[in-house]
Amino acid sequence: MHGTKILEEADRLMTVCNSCRYCEGLCAVFPAMEMRRAFSDGDLNYLANLCHACGACYTDCQFSPPHEFNVNVPRTLAVARAESYAAYAWPRAFAGTFARNGLVISLVAALSVAAFIFGFAALHDRQVLFGIHTGPGAFYKLMPHNAMAALFGAAFLYAIAALAMGVRAFWRDIGEPIGMKTDARALLQAIRDAGELRYLDGGGVGCFNEDDRPTDRRRLYHHLTFYGFALCFASTCVATLYHYLLAREAPYPWWDLPVVLGTIGGIGLLIGPIGLLAERWKRDSILVDEARYGMDVAFIAMLFLTSLTGMALLILRETAAMGPLLALHLGVVFSLFVTMPYGKFVHGIYRFAALVRYARERKAMAQGAGE
Amino acid sequence: MADLTVKFDVLVIGGGNAALCAAISARRAGASVLVLEGAPKFYRGGNTRHTRNMRCAHDAATDILTGPYTEEEFWDDLLRLTGGQTDEELAKFMIRESKDILNWIVEQGVRWQPSLGGTLSLGRTNSFFLGGGRAMLNALYLTAEKLGVEIVYDAEVIDLDIEHGMFLSAKLKQPIDGTSEIRASALVAAAGGFEANIEWLKEYWGEAADNFLIRGTPYNRGSILKMLLDKGVQDIGDPTQCHAVAIDARAPKFDGGIITRHDSVVFGIVVNKHARRFYDEGEDIWPKRYAIWGRLVAAQPDQIAYIIFDASVRNSFMPTLFPPIEGGSIAELAAKLELDPAALEKTIAEFNAAVKPGTFDHTILDDCRTEGITPPKTHWARRIETPPYLAYPVRPGITFTYLGTRVNRQARMVMKDGKPSANMFAAGEIMAGNVLGKGYAAGIGMTIGSVFGRVAGREAAKNARN
Repeated sequence: MHGTKILEEADRLMTVCNSCRYCEGLCAVFPAMEMRRAFSDGDLNYLANLCHACGACYTDCQFSPPHEFNVNVPRTLAVARAESYAAYAWPRAFAGTFARNGLVISLVAALSVAAFIFGFAALHDRQVLFGIHTGPGAFYKLMPHNAMAALFGAAFLYAIAALAMGVRAFWRDIGEPIGMKTDARALLQAIRDAGELRYLDGGGVGCFNEDDRPTDRRRLYHHLTFYGFALCFASTCVATLYHYLLAREAPYPWWDLPVVLGTIGGIGLLIGPIGLLAERWKRDSILVDEARYGMDVAFIAMLFLTSLTGMALLILRETAAMGPLLALHLGVVFSLFVTMPYGKFVHGIYRFAALVRYARERKAMAQGAGE
Repeated sequence: MADLTVKFDVLVIGGGNAALCAAISARRAGASVLVLEGAPKFYRGGNTRHTRNMRCAHDAATDILTGPYTEEEFWDDLLRLTGGQTDEELAKFMIRESKDILNWIVEQGVRWQPSLGGTLSLGRTNSFFLGGGRAMLNALYLTAEKLGVEIVYDAEVIDLDIEHGMFLSAKLKQPIDGTSEIRASALVAAAGGFEANIEWLKEYWGEAADNFLIRGTPYNRGSILKMLLDKGVQDIGDPTQCHAVAIDARAPKFDGGIITRHDSVVFGIVVNKHARRFYDEGEDIWPKRYAIWGRLVAAQPDQIAYIIFDASVRNSFMPTLFPPIEGGSIAELAAKLELDPAALEKTIAEFNAAVKPGTFDHTILDDCRTEGITPPKTHWARRIETPPYLAYPVRPGITFTYLGTRVNRQARMVMKDGKPSANMFAAGEIMAGNVLGKGYAAGIGMTIGSVFGRVAGREAAKNARN
């Protein structure tokens, strides 16, 4: 007996799949399944988070609906995955944010933006808010650098702490002792698998979306989004180093590293989310967890808005719009950080942890087979 | 939607591996091609849905095959498993052509799975479809559609107009856009056998056929085969022969596919409804003897049998779809199976007493055997004595039938008078009996389908042009 109905269904499907095994070459889920004969809640949560939702196993399955065996692995694991996010949420009191995720995140975002605008307006007179500021330190006329660093540093640290607690809960649930995360080879393998989205390719042809014709578009858009996000993050890090090590204050000229990184990343982070959203829209509803539409859209929208407001700020930073745009951008980024542990962002974290586990298991199996 | 009022160069009836290979090869040869699949889209492809691999000759190991499998070895295997009931010329032709199929099928979009060296001992001889048979079918359909092959589903053909061995038209049960008569210059029949046609099976098996389970879709009714044989095409193959394995008695009547099979026979004993053993469970290595148990169970009263084993071997074989039925004692298990407890206890006690000491090794013909009972268990015999006692109820699961249409090397049908048909070709299960008089080895059905499908399509296109 399992804790939830969806895990009961996942168990039923894994029993069907384990007596078939035709899909074993498609991704990591089925080889991991084959290492087991029975499935605990933790095993099923592990498999659910290992699944990249490419949809190939549904299209390839001779027992998918309308067959009476009714095998729909992508959707079942998508629901189980989403339920696992709530189960691992820290603090527990916030687990409920996953249920109405789109609404919660929109509210947090709106409140954050409002708070920054209100804060700027309250602290300064209108000339400062709508004034034209140029040259190093221009942004800090609106909000002192130290205040900005303290606020975002705290938000960021909170997100890291909450995510770490979630991963801890996941790692325990799937049965890996805490101390076993230090396997360097498994980590490297997982970084490579996640970095290239190895298991989002339907075994080589691309994933399945609106019909039975596979394409690689989702992987492309995800790469644009993820690497765009990474470049934007790198831009922030470089800027922080400039500030503290070189005493060079933002805004930086367009050719300088933080701006170049941020611009390239920002473009990726504009195109990627639009593409992902369009693909999400078109996707055959049989493959997805319809109830979690809001969670997917909210996260994609937040990433898009982060980039859009950042790019707008870059283009209009020497005009009177700079003040309001800075408030908007900071508000969006702040809410992105504080809602990270309670939205779709966590999918990457748990999937990565599952990939680490899979890399370890596969190595253990290979060694076992060699003996 | 295709305009069905025009005359096509090539009409393909059927929708599995052979049909699609024929359609693609005819289209690539420049013909206009229509495929009529009798099943709805989800169930397209007949038994191909449930396949997983293909047996092709090759001279060296590759990414997907662990070692060479020469034409000679393939021929030796075929000769042995059919007991010589094969058309040597056709069989050798097929084996030669199979070498090129490994690449040709990839050019049609099908992907092979890298050899895993895992669950099945076929890594050297057989190539596995990545994602299984339905993935293979999906790839073939996508390629056919891209090439401009017209495909219609739910298109059941109820009559063929054939004059003096020449195909003229096919009649549809349900008109499509007002058209029910499909004309074509050449016909490729690739519509499979009659395994899902219980009434037809009864002609050879009697009422026992009511207890058969059919491993594929309910659409494999053999109606095209019957029309062709009724209209002068020469038959081949033993109509009573079919590929049948023991599958779980709890499986659905149709389309349970691969996952209802049991490969646990060698780990226990098999009894009939009178709780008596009836055949040597340890005769030969799995999977060589995989395919005999369907027929053995079919010969038992009520076509039911029970694989009985104990907790010590529970995890010795692949996990099963249906869990084993459990009993804390043999009597309790017998009661759950509705067998006579005393009879089952007696059978197991006699068996246990007859087991001789030996060293168990399921990978070879080991020395664990019985002495002094009939039938003996000649290998892997170990006492059944560790509770809980476990059982799988099994029935005959019919995979496919062997009766077919005779063809020549062009895959061209041969008429009863021995003359080749003017424009009719056959590929796949509907003509498998030419190569496989009896017996079976994994993946041969797909080899027959792809090789003869490709040939039939090419020849039909050539025929249509002349």
